[in-house]
Amino acid sequence: MHIVVCIKQVPDSAQIRVHPVTNTIMRQGVPAIVNPYDLYSLEEALRIKDQYGGRVTVLSMGPPQAETALRKAISFGADDAILVTDRAFAGSDTLATSYALASAIRQIEKDIPVDMVFAGKQTIDGDTAQVGPGIAKRLDMLLLTYVSKIRDIDLENKTITVERRAEGGVQVLKTKLPCLVTVLEGTNEMRFATMTNMFRAARHPLKVWDKEKAGIEDVTKIGLKGSPTIVSKVFAPTPKSVRAEIIDTESNQPKDLAVTLLAKLFTKKPDLAKDIAKNAS
Amino acid sequence: MDEKFDAIVVGAGPSGNSAAYLLAKAGLKVLQIERGEYPGSKNVQGAILYSDALERVIPDFREDAPLERHIVEQQMWVLDDESYVGNTYRSAEFNKEPYNRYTIIRAQFDKWFSKKVQDAGALLICETTVSDLLMDGNRVIGIQVDREGGAVYADIVILADGVNSLLAKKAGFHPELDPKDVALAVKEIHFLPQETVQERFNIGEDEGVVIEMVGKITQGMMGTGFLYTNKESITIGVGCMLSDFKKQKTTPYALLEQMKTHPAIKPIIAGGEMKEYTAHLIPEGGYKAIPKICGDGWLMVGDAAMFVNAVHREGSNLAMTSGRLAAETVIALKEAGKEMTAANLALYREKLDDSFLMKDLKKYKNMPEILHSNPQFFTTYPELVNRAAHSMLTVDGVDKKSKEREIRGNFVGKRSLFGLMGDAFKLWRAFE
Repeated sequence: MHIVVCIKQVPDSAQIRVHPVTNTIMRQGVPAIVNPYDLYSLEEALRIKDQYGGRVTVLSMGPPQAETALRKAISFGADDAILVTDRAFAGSDTLATSYALASAIRQIEKDIPVDMVFAGKQTIDGDTAQVGPGIAKRLDMLLLTYVSKIRDIDLENKTITVERRAEGGVQVLKTKLPCLVTVLEGTNEMRFATMTNMFRAARHPLKVWDKEKAGIEDVTKIGLKGSPTIVSKVFAPTPKSVRAEIIDTESNQPKDLAVTLLAKLFTKKPDLAKDIAKNAS
Repeated sequence: MDEKFDAIVVGAGPSGNSAAYLLAKAGLKVLQIERGEYPGSKNVQGAILYSDALERVIPDFREDAPLERHIVEQQMWVLDDESYVGNTYRSAEFNKEPYNRYTIIRAQFDKWFSKKVQDAGALLICETTVSDLLMDGNRVIGIQVDREGGAVYADIVILADGVNSLLAKKAGFHPELDPKDVALAVKEIHFLPQETVQERFNIGEDEGVVIEMVGKITQGMMGTGFLYTNKESITIGVGCMLSDFKKQKTTPYALLEQMKTHPAIKPIIAGGEMKEYTAHLIPEGGYKAIPKICGDGWLMVGDAAMFVNAVHREGSNLAMTSGRLAAETVIALKEAGKEMTAANLALYREKLDDSFLMKDLKKYKNMPEILHSNPQFFTTYPELVNRAAHSMLTVDGVDKKSKEREIRGNFVGKRSLFGLMGDAFKLWRAFE
């Protein structure tokens, strides 16, 4: 079982602030973290490895400093890490990113066949949830999104059974490998790295791939050129300023509370009584 | 398989980084363990960088270290509630390279320093807490971290784990900190456009100003305030002894808020957006509070060893110096093929005693006690000095001699002639 997990280094959105005047994101001093949704996928992949054996390769596209995110993945137990980095990728949107990652996965497959690809449900900086499905489409893999549980993997018949959160319920799906899975948050909890893996992460020779090594065939499909998405405006929505009002009541009896509230409501909206009468008739 | 290193450095602050850098550069196999997510994530300082101490570790640091502004002007303010009396020293000499002091943003600076350490060949592992020292009898032989398979061995363990060295306490090398030996400082960084910072302080592009403050801003507690200019921000903070906060039932945060409303301070930071709020303990017990700093298989450096000169607001330079001297000691013993025994490591103590570090701490060894038992230095005197200045500078038809008499009367009235002379004597002894 060879699993590729796609991860992204993102700014810690909990610590991001928007500049009050220019409305741009203030990135200065904001720490970079592994996209939290990716960690659920990574942990799920590691659990499969623990149970069925095999190998986990983490893959990330980003600037050189994304190395930190990949080393972190190794500290949790991933076997190998590949950083796809090239100036030519700068400005990639989800279309260009999925193209690049799919190319890289094809290169990985040249060494060891890939049985599954895991991706985060979405990132916390872009929030599109498009890259995972984009990779699946390009690799012609079956796609399982919003997976909340992996029930079983049949190694002999090369099938996987998962629970998938869908509107109004949970679907139980069985499909053929290879496939791409995006995992729902809360599915698991990331393990605490062992000291052995911490040492391994600190020493691991990362593979760094430029666009040639990543097997990019069509350079017009990566970077800004390959990205049809245009960000026309970035702004911070003005917070709603509805003030709560504290109303004094005579007692805490439900009846008194209701009477006080209704009286308040009718004074605030004088036409309310009329409207009710109209609707009633 | 057990990992074994020549040296393990616990902590990635200025002392730990200095030690790890020099050890790794000398070709030793070094492991550095940091509790925080990344080096600098838990480190707090004012922050002024004193070039000399860093120069002796990384001579060409100016080439790529993230420095904010070099200091061209130092102010000292004695504050009353409404006013301050101050002195300023500004010199064109300070504008000649190499510069002596810089303001820095620690988060950036520590990242840079740590990169140097790693490039020198030390192995850094973050997000890992050392929970125990591994002992063989009285000898430290390694560390135990809070992770599975967490026993790591080394010939020498250097404790650079900061002011509240839990490790040293657990190992019995260090008693529980006494609240009267520790200051609690808080600071904020206020973001302002570069031009605004330069206009408000009348400084050029890379020039910076330091303002040290003493007086009623600490509400009678033993402590000081400070204000530094960074490239695009102003750092403002205040620190007082933990024992005083306890006694006074004031919070550091409230103290800083109050300080920011002072009529002399408010306009300097006006319009800024607060970017960072941090709090930190500072070991200010001085010479008398220094614990045992080495033993079989271990050395202690930086804040962990109480190496802070509270009188001159110096700490990081003492940290870097002690880290350097610790590394030099270990390297010398290694080269001579000697064991890391307490007797051999006493060389570290000798090196410290020969340096400015111990000499300065010794010089002010009585200072903490004097200030503790004489709160008038933080209340009565600032008030009297400000009133005197106000009186002299108000032209109201009263002759100067009468004014002088009144001022003298104020001093004696508030603090008796005997008290005044005693205070002067105490200070003279302390600074002697």
